[in-house]
Amino acid sequence: MSTDGGSNVVPGREEAGYGETTAPSGGFRKGAFGVSGSGDTSGFGGLVRVEPGGAVALHSTERPYGGYFDEVTDALVEAVGEATYAAAVQRVLVDRGEITYFVAREHLLTLVRALRDDEALRFELCSSVSGVDYLDSAGPAVTPGRPRFHVVYHLTSMTYRRRIRLEVAVTAEDPHVPSVTGTYPTADWHEREAFDMFGVVFDGHPGLTRILMPDDWDGHPQRKDYPLGGIPVEYHDATIPPPDTRRAYR
Amino acid sequence: MSTTADPYAGSRETTEGRVYTVTGGDWDTTLGADPHENERLVVNMGPQHPSTHGVLRLVLDLEGETVTKARVVIGYLHTGIEKNTEYRNWVQGTTFVTRMDYLAPLFNEAGYCMAVEKLLGIEVPQRAQTIRVLVMEINRIASHLVGLATGGMELGALTAMTNGFREREMCLDLLEEITGLRMNHAYIRPGGVAQDLPDGAVEHIREFLEVMPRRVADFHRLLTGQPIWQRRLKDVGYLDVTGCLALGVTGPILRSAGLPWDMRKVEPYLGYETYDFEVPTADTCDAWGRYLVRMAEVNESLKLIAQALDRLEPGPVMVGDRKIAWPAQLSLGPDGMGNSLDHVAHIMGQSMESLIHHFKLVTEGFRVPAGQVYVPIESPRGELGYHVVSDGSTRPWRVHVRDPSFVNLQATAAMSEGGMIADVIAAIASIDPVMGGVDR
Repeated sequence: MSTDGGSNVVPGREEAGYGETTAPSGGFRKGAFGVSGSGDTSGFGGLVRVEPGGAVALHSTERPYGGYFDEVTDALVEAVGEATYAAAVQRVLVDRGEITYFVAREHLLTLVRALRDDEALRFELCSSVSGVDYLDSAGPAVTPGRPRFHVVYHLTSMTYRRRIRLEVAVTAEDPHVPSVTGTYPTADWHEREAFDMFGVVFDGHPGLTRILMPDDWDGHPQRKDYPLGGIPVEYHDATIPPPDTRRAYR
Repeated sequence: MSTTADPYAGSRETTEGRVYTVTGGDWDTTLGADPHENERLVVNMGPQHPSTHGVLRLVLDLEGETVTKARVVIGYLHTGIEKNTEYRNWVQGTTFVTRMDYLAPLFNEAGYCMAVEKLLGIEVPQRAQTIRVLVMEINRIASHLVGLATGGMELGALTAMTNGFREREMCLDLLEEITGLRMNHAYIRPGGVAQDLPDGAVEHIREFLEVMPRRVADFHRLLTGQPIWQRRLKDVGYLDVTGCLALGVTGPILRSAGLPWDMRKVEPYLGYETYDFEVPTADTCDAWGRYLVRMAEVNESLKLIAQALDRLEPGPVMVGDRKIAWPAQLSLGPDGMGNSLDHVAHIMGQSMESLIHHFKLVTEGFRVPAGQVYVPIESPRGELGYHVVSDGSTRPWRVHVRDPSFVNLQATAAMSEGGMIADVIAAIASIDPVMGGVDR
């Protein structure tokens, strides 16, 4: 084996800086280990892997979705109207027994209100709202102004015991999403956390301030281009580098 | 110059110049007729306060002793665990998530590991599932006892505190015997559990099952009938089902409002559907109901532990796939889990392949196929959800934790506004938030 195994993948973090190393570069990536500039010669350089936000996330599931997913989708179409549904839901993905509706942000509020109030849907509980930063996962060259931040809503219907996921994607230049606090008051702190950690601005939120970080904090810590930080630690005569500068196996 | 008769706010000419007399006493004219009408007092409580259940800060607007507005400030215990997991491999994630809700560490581990297993698409061996149920239910008892102990202490019931921590110590002794550590176990791992039950653990758990029902009865004798305890809790922290759902509140609070919503029943996992247990509820919607629900849940957990012990069959506790399972059975030492000397001798002296395999799996870890999952489980405080995203690499792309304490704490204002300031303490104690989980 030679070091070639690692050379056709993303460059080491020392050469390219933090942001590009951890960023998957496209829908597919070659090589199993993603390490170069080190003694790691462990091969599998020809292995092709699929990235999230790349080919997998762009994939869309065709009907029938299976399980209760079809019933929910039908009820949703009926509740908001076919035209609105077609405009609002960009695609649907069923994966590992969970359904994800990728929603255009203009229609998010219409959709969640119908999901909560319609008798055939009854998603009373908004379990969780979380941000995910898909930095460069689809490749900035492919779509400039690519929607990098995803806001993920997990809704629960206690009446029917069902769960669905809504996902809204926004760009870093225009990270605005309408706030669902009008429908789900519980989203208040969730949205504040997503704002705090990712800088997603929830329009219409009653008080969008930082919640976990101090009020005067700079930047949004869970963005992928925000460094983890840390200092080297000496232990038993050895120096352990901070975790974000250790060798990375992607 | 002064011609007014007001002796408190006048001025007069003297040989040294004009002298002003400024004193109090003119509040009537500045504030209106009733001096107490607009008396608004803002009290900052915490983050370092013995009765706020951790590093929680409350900003309370008071009129007299009535709370007109309660604002909750959190973040004092934010440790960046979610971000940290993105820099560690999938197995190491266990050691981080276990430190979030530190009173329910095994629930965090189980939720995280179940999310990883769902992403991997693997099934955990039966014995590992049973052990998970076993340790989680022991942990649930410990957590409820701490909730009772600290809540009691905050209300002045010190015996509840000493007894609660004494009983919890029995749970921690069991967990220490099984996992090697009292807290932050890192015992449940993706694919199973780190270690099989040690010799004698089953007997000790059975002894615990003998003792504990009597201790629960003692709590009822000590507290349940006691008028002070009742008056401090009844009609305090009222939140009905509508309020719970709007605020996303789950767990004992929701069940104290009468809705038997328990993830173990409504979306069973780890075979909970095959166990015989009840979901205790109350219909009082207040702190008193939450106390009764938690005490009843301790009894249900005891039932579950007994059933789990009965169905422990010999078998593996980790998946057979050697690409996922930790290469060595660790040995259980006096200070936690450590190296297995047999394994070290094997990889260092006998098998080069084992050494390579061990090295790759330990330093690099296994890969998890790309995708995202959300796995909810019933922690002692409510729905604990793990939203885990993988990009197909050896480390999580994103781990988001829907911590029940974080969500439930939002109900503080709804529970305590309009009540007395002393009841704020009782209301928050009945939420039983753990700030390690709230701030993560």
